[in-house]
Amino acid sequence: MKSFNSYIGRPMERVEDLRMVRGRGTYVADVNRPNQLYAVILRSSVAHGIIRSIDSSEALALPGVRRVLTAKDLGSKVPVIPLRLQPLPQLEPFHQPVLADEKVRYVGEPVALVIADSAAIAEDALERIVLDIEPLPAVANRSQAEAKRAVLFEEHGSNVAITWSAFRGNADEAFKTADYVRRETFKVQRHAAMFMEPRGFVAEWDEAAGKLTVWGAAKTAWHNRRTLAAQLGLALEAVDLIEVDVGGGFGSRGEFYPEDYLIPAAARIVGRPVKWTEDRREHIMSANHARDVECDVEFAVSRDGRFIGLRGQIWADIGAYIRTNGSVGPRNVAQFMSGPYCIEHIDLKSSMLTTNKTPCGTYRGPGRYETDFIRERMIDLAAQDLKIDRVELRRRNLVADAQMPYPLASITPYDSSTELDSGDYHAVFDRCLKEFGWDERTRLRGQLIDGYYHGLAIGSFIEGGAAGPKEEARLVLETDGALSVYIGSSSVGQGLETIMAQIAADAMEMSYDKITIRHGSTSYVKDGYGAYHSRSTVMGGSAILLAADKLKDLIRKTAGARLGCKAEQVVIDGEQASFGGEHLAFAGLSGVPLEVEAEFFNKKYTWAYGTQAAHVAVDPGTGHVKVIDFISVEDVGRMINPLTLHGQAIGSIVQGLGGAFLEHLVYDDEGQLLTGSFADYLMPTASDFPNIRSITVELKPCPNNPLGAKGAGEGGLIPVGGVMANAVADALSHLNVQPMELPLSPPRLWQLVEQAETARSAD
Amino acid sequence: MDIKFDLNGQSVSADVEPRTTLADCIRNNFGQTGTHLACEHGVCGACTVLVNGEAVRSCLMLAVQVQGDQVVTVEGLSGDELTPLQAAFRKHHALQCGFCTPGFITTAHALLSHEPGADEERIRDVLSGNLCRCTGYVPIVEAVLEARESYRGSGSK
Repeated sequence: MKSFNSYIGRPMERVEDLRMVRGRGTYVADVNRPNQLYAVILRSSVAHGIIRSIDSSEALALPGVRRVLTAKDLGSKVPVIPLRLQPLPQLEPFHQPVLADEKVRYVGEPVALVIADSAAIAEDALERIVLDIEPLPAVANRSQAEAKRAVLFEEHGSNVAITWSAFRGNADEAFKTADYVRRETFKVQRHAAMFMEPRGFVAEWDEAAGKLTVWGAAKTAWHNRRTLAAQLGLALEAVDLIEVDVGGGFGSRGEFYPEDYLIPAAARIVGRPVKWTEDRREHIMSANHARDVECDVEFAVSRDGRFIGLRGQIWADIGAYIRTNGSVGPRNVAQFMSGPYCIEHIDLKSSMLTTNKTPCGTYRGPGRYETDFIRERMIDLAAQDLKIDRVELRRRNLVADAQMPYPLASITPYDSSTELDSGDYHAVFDRCLKEFGWDERTRLRGQLIDGYYHGLAIGSFIEGGAAGPKEEARLVLETDGALSVYIGSSSVGQGLETIMAQIAADAMEMSYDKITIRHGSTSYVKDGYGAYHSRSTVMGGSAILLAADKLKDLIRKTAGARLGCKAEQVVIDGEQASFGGEHLAFAGLSGVPLEVEAEFFNKKYTWAYGTQAAHVAVDPGTGHVKVIDFISVEDVGRMINPLTLHGQAIGSIVQGLGGAFLEHLVYDDEGQLLTGSFADYLMPTASDFPNIRSITVELKPCPNNPLGAKGAGEGGLIPVGGVMANAVADALSHLNVQPMELPLSPPRLWQLVEQAETARSAD
Repeated sequence: MDIKFDLNGQSVSADVEPRTTLADCIRNNFGQTGTHLACEHGVCGACTVLVNGEAVRSCLMLAVQVQGDQVVTVEGLSGDELTPLQAAFRKHHALQCGFCTPGFITTAHALLSHEPGADEERIRDVLSGNLCRCTGYVPIVEAVLEARESYRGSGSK
């Protein structure tokens, strides 16, 4: 009988909350260093243009202003930001310089940095800089990009950076003989992660020690340290990135941005600590945008409802430069369009277009949200055309348990082959129908009740997780019997400290209270990878399991030496090591801390999967949609903490609803951002979507990691756009309203209803 | 300008520029960093504090406006023990990154202090002035509903 082995799977309240609910968290804006100065950034207000002059003299004349830095101050060559993922050489021309040099390419691009005694003085000085930009024609959308209204990178000669190709089987042959083919165009609007805590950094350069310390790291501290050290010509050990509490990430925060270089470089140049915190307007125009995708696709289905093929062209607007992970979304749209369904023949191209808009990166479910909208819409259209029930059509085509592992489409030019690892997709699908009460609700479809038309929809999805190559953990059994766990995973607000403590407590058979998790800072482990691609629990958790095995070996060895027995004879239980009736407590077991390190390597993604169903009511007079009920059922392999997992699912779904109905980064034809505040960029509020349900199951543990867990932070959001559009189409089926574009904003829906009614009355 | 007010039960004074916001004053002059700034234009509610018991956005109020007032931030609501509202937030997992949380707690505290009988619709309506990006609001509403009981008969107006 083990004393402590039951933390995994329990809805543990979070350790993080004790500080956060009392206002005792420490976010980067709360970090202050003695003698610090403040930086603000001058950003381009022109989408595309040539910098003719920057006159800082008036700014420098203001008392309290210490320095104004422009590209000219950064040496003979302005550093550019390398890619973290898919670092293809053909993308090098599109890397972003940390300060605009000769040209500006988007509204919000950093042009100069002002350093002053206070943030207020720095902002006053900013207004005194005279920036002369000669405007060039801007490229603000796909048609302007293709027509070459301007070419962002003239030496490249085109606004198509690269084209991804996803392929499987022989699509051309399959389409020639297919019973049914439908071709459609779809659009998903530009929106963004929009985490609540603005980005910020505090950087300090210790001249005597030759050491740089930067507070404000998130997500991928080790990678960013490598980038920063290389840019500054420093050894890795001379750079420390520190993660404090992080106010949300969702894929966007923590990637290497221009400011990741500028603030540390400024601290080194002025020889004093420098602090920078962005404001919301800056955030909206400078942190990664996402999703901006159009496509023209064909879907082939047999007469008896077997999916045959997907073929077509996708255009992903990546903005003005390629960001660190800027290929992920455009690649995923193509590679994962088949989702959880068997589709044997695939030929999808995804072209990355450069435009004069804020660059794009990943946002929760990158590419997946977009591609699920496209696929789930196509399935409902096919069901309608073929007169096959859409529930039955999906059921007929879900990948079966016996087909696992099921390979997804291959992808070029950067290979990332992957296969669905395990799952009972049909069981989850049927569970969702049952929990939702699909059969009982079908009578409401198309009904007009109190001015609202009712509609239903269902959709299935897959969620990739656990990106490699590895994660690292270091376990230290302190002399007082407490366990310190140092982990390369990062916290972006997902409850990492709690989850990792649960895993470590079970692995070490220790009390949860004796465990402290230290994460995300580059001094903790040699080489960490961080929090992206729903990987922290699987990768960091597995590394802890491996390290725990090593630590237990070391404990047995240490105890064996004291107890006069072989290490193998020592039994560990209840925080003590025992042999022959003698017990040595972990506390005091050794005069020095016992320390081990372990790495968990992984090449195979985990594939969580699920099904969602929704019931909506649409007001045809205003285009307003009420979400009457929404349910998501997902299999994550193994739940560590149902409380936090449920929170991830619900929060993710509501973000997806934001993308479906509200959120839109709007640009005019000259590349001016029109939605630069929270008054213009609408996100869900407490009164918008009260009826969200989520159920998590553990049907098929992941075969590829010792925890059996599958990444689970993103799933909820992935199919939401498609499910919502299908539900709206179902509600308005009497008018044959078919939304092909997100968001389903009231004006857009109202317009679709108007058009449909006009067309009907003309018949 | 010299100002004097009551912050979390302590009398405090400072010399601030007239343009200094209450949020910046609380954070920078008095180191009470539980009050968070997320939009600085009055939409998100993360900076909500209580001024004479009313929930206000400290990014839209100037520090000089609280002369002689009682200001309470999230730090001032509890000692070492969590308040029932804070405990309910923890129990229901009503926070993930925690950045918006102080604003939700101060807003909900003001609401329940005035209206301990607020129903779910009223709670959702009042909380719709605060943005949370992580939770989807469902657990926040559950937490506030549960905490209502502790406000009944104690300090309600």
